[in-house]
Amino acid sequence: MIDLDRVTVTYDGASEPSLTDLTLHVPEGELCLVVGPTGTGKTTLLRTVNGLVPHATGGTLRGRVTVGGRDTRTHPPRDLADLVGVVGQDPLAGMVTDVVEEELAYGMESLAIAPDVMRRRVEETLDLLGLVHLRHRPIRSLSGGERQRVAIGAVLAVGPRVLVLDEPTSALDPPAAEEVLAALHRLVHDLGMTVLLAEHRLERVVQFADRVVLLRPGGHPPLIGDPATVLAAAPVAPPVVELGRIGGWSPLPLTVRQARRQAGPLREQLADLRPHRDPAGAGPTLAAARDLVVRYGPTVALRGTSLELRAGETVALMGRNGAGKSSLLSAFTGTVRPAAGQVTVGGLDPAELSGPALISQVGLVPQQPADLLYAPTIAEECAAADDDAGVPGGSCRRLLDRLVPGLDDDHHPRDLSEGQRLALVLAIVLTAAPPVLLLDEPTRGLDLGAKVRLVEILDELTADGRAILLATHDVELVAEVATRTIVLADGEVVADGPTEEVVVGSPAFAPQVSKVLGPGPWLTVSEVADALDVLP
Amino acid sequence: MTAAIPRQLHPGAWWLWALGCAAAASRTTNLLLLLLLVAVLGYVVTARRTEAPWARAFGVFLRIAVAVLLFRTVFQVLLAPSQPGRLLFTLPVVPLPEWAAGMTLGGPVTAEAVLAASTDGFRLATLLLCIGAANALANPKRLLAIMPAALHEVGVAVVVAISFTPQLVGSVQRIRAARRLRGRPHRGPRSIVQVALPVLEDALERSLALAAAMDSRGYGRRAAVPERIRRTTGALLLAGLLGASFGVYGLLDATSSLPVALGTLAAGLATCVAGMHLAGRRTIRTRYRPDPWLGAEWLTAGSGLGAAALVIVAGVVEPTAITPPPSSLVPPFPPIGAAGIVLALLPAFATPPPALHGTRPARDELDAHADHERAEVPA
Repeated sequence: MIDLDRVTVTYDGASEPSLTDLTLHVPEGELCLVVGPTGTGKTTLLRTVNGLVPHATGGTLRGRVTVGGRDTRTHPPRDLADLVGVVGQDPLAGMVTDVVEEELAYGMESLAIAPDVMRRRVEETLDLLGLVHLRHRPIRSLSGGERQRVAIGAVLAVGPRVLVLDEPTSALDPPAAEEVLAALHRLVHDLGMTVLLAEHRLERVVQFADRVVLLRPGGHPPLIGDPATVLAAAPVAPPVVELGRIGGWSPLPLTVRQARRQAGPLREQLADLRPHRDPAGAGPTLAAARDLVVRYGPTVALRGTSLELRAGETVALMGRNGAGKSSLLSAFTGTVRPAAGQVTVGGLDPAELSGPALISQVGLVPQQPADLLYAPTIAEECAAADDDAGVPGGSCRRLLDRLVPGLDDDHHPRDLSEGQRLALVLAIVLTAAPPVLLLDEPTRGLDLGAKVRLVEILDELTADGRAILLATHDVELVAEVATRTIVLADGEVVADGPTEEVVVGSPAFAPQVSKVLGPGPWLTVSEVADALDVLP
Repeated sequence: MTAAIPRQLHPGAWWLWALGCAAAASRTTNLLLLLLLVAVLGYVVTARRTEAPWARAFGVFLRIAVAVLLFRTVFQVLLAPSQPGRLLFTLPVVPLPEWAAGMTLGGPVTAEAVLAASTDGFRLATLLLCIGAANALANPKRLLAIMPAALHEVGVAVVVAISFTPQLVGSVQRIRAARRLRGRPHRGPRSIVQVALPVLEDALERSLALAAAMDSRGYGRRAAVPERIRRTTGALLLAGLLGASFGVYGLLDATSSLPVALGTLAAGLATCVAGMHLAGRRTIRTRYRPDPWLGAEWLTAGSGLGAAALVIVAGVVEPTAITPPPSSLVPPFPPIGAAGIVLALLPAFATPPPALHGTRPARDELDAHADHERAEVPA
């Protein structure tokens, strides 16, 4: 269905191609998963399929891309619209209208589909993706998972035979991600749709894939094959696979179910052992919120939330999209003023601070990291960060090199991949060495390798006596780094305790290792590896 | 008609109605008629508007109209040379420099002058309210959707612009907050410049993303059209627009001949329609759930245009009542004109009530309703 024949893509002004000599054949009805570290050209690969690369982006494409027999050389994206449906990373960015029902019809209107057919297909799509109760709703009022499903529905209503999705679940909380993946599963199995999907959250999607394409950095040819084979060769893999490697299981498990069936011996082996955990830091309180109320007009984001951050602890903030996580972070930086209650950071009210006084107390990596970037090159950005924080030159650059080594000084920050940009922003924020560090969805768009490095850095920072508060949907990250987990729902704290107590047994928040080895106390692969004294 | 199923009226019907009212307002200087028309507009808007954001437009236009009325009256009284009549009071005369010769500032103010000025202002305010009523009653997006195929792309551009505005406000707030987080000033004139650049970059990036998404969803597919037809299209559109412009000018200018103005307008519009029709051949697209044009739409559009027609007729039959001479302080009552204005009230009763999508009844309300219905059905 999708044929890429020796495809090489070079963007204008780039010294190296973004995609090198890729040959890929995806037969009809297959779900093909594209994985690989940040910046290896996953998005570029997806965008070649409907001709957005190079028709909309510029650059040179060598080789040949055909979809359903149509060559993208002669067919611009609009002429492939009836065959290929594309959903981008940010669903909202691609929406033309503002009401669900009209958005579903938009593509069909452009393709001049007869009104009666259109009417029928909108109804079918509403049913297929479970959107019926949302049909008259403005798109902006929807949650992340709902928006993603509307975006999928909008391209699906046209009746394409190929669906291309770029990180459809990265920004979603676990239940919303499951909603979207269940919908995709149904499309592949019931309707025979061909799906090409890029995703960093391997643990969420790999079980649905028929084939995995692993793109590799540094000019290595990509690995293409069935999931178990490719993941066996991949440097980093989802926790179930890592667990399978420790247990020496064959074939390697891809789902919790498969792993659990093979995990009997490992569970017995671990029965008498306890995971080794560093005792949670119980240092002095660095930041606190007391009876905090935050409201935006009639909407109440936080209803009397209280919490303390102590030196040396990493606190994970979990909960649905819209549960108040970002509002809590904004209150700690003083960006929003509480309607009632109080916030203190280092004993001061953050809303009263500004300039160096603020950044030396608290640092935030926002959900859209690019907001913190102004300069035209990485070098200037780093120099500005050193300057703002009043630290010796080169500090920011050294931090950046630890996170993502080898970025070119002259690159424009906006040309970086999502993960590289996040690393740059993290480096900038850490330059001022604030004792309290807040992170909003730090692993969005990060590959597993970058995640491992992020975990190392966060561990180091807490060992230094800092407090970290991170809002995230990534249960594996929480299991790795968080000493304490707080679950917010509807602006209230519904759970607050040591991570192992809060997440174990929760269907939405339990990490894979806990699901496989439960009901024991094990949360991460490295804990298991340490206890058994083997290398993960 | 009373048991009509709630639905949204075709936006074109409301606009025709409002334009009819505006035409009626522009043909009269009788304060009584204008007051009556404002009451009619207010009543219809209250009876038939929805809960949608644009439905609040009438209130905004009302405020603008009051401001226009006040400005127009005060400035005309201050600046215009006074008319003879009953003296109200005398303002001190301010001598103006050489270059402002022909203008006076201050002087005697007569009741006639005040009345003439306020009538003029009131007419302008009424015209604004007519537009405000159309804005409040017709969904602007549905209106853009009924644009002829040839103008479809313009319509999409407007829709996108409308939805971009709140996003722009959002990104300004985000980026200002981010500046503060980098320890830089986020208030004051210098920061505005420094915030503007990332905001623009943000908007540009979003536009590119949207353009790519629209392209991949089939926007801009074209049918092949022969060169000859394309030239004809251009010629027809140009001629039609010119004709329509002259016609509208003649219609609104009370001094020009009515039949000539109407004839020019009709001919211009017809040419335009033909041109649009030809131009539409290039665009291939269909419309999802187009608004139907049924009896209620005919009635609404008809009542507005009827109001205009009756006022125009009244202008011929009872000219002194429709445009009273400046000397009469109390305007006479024109029966035909008033009948026309009252005709415009028809949509408030004879059209189906609006469907309220955004404000669905709560679950328990529905249940209560269902129980009620069950109770009414004999076992």
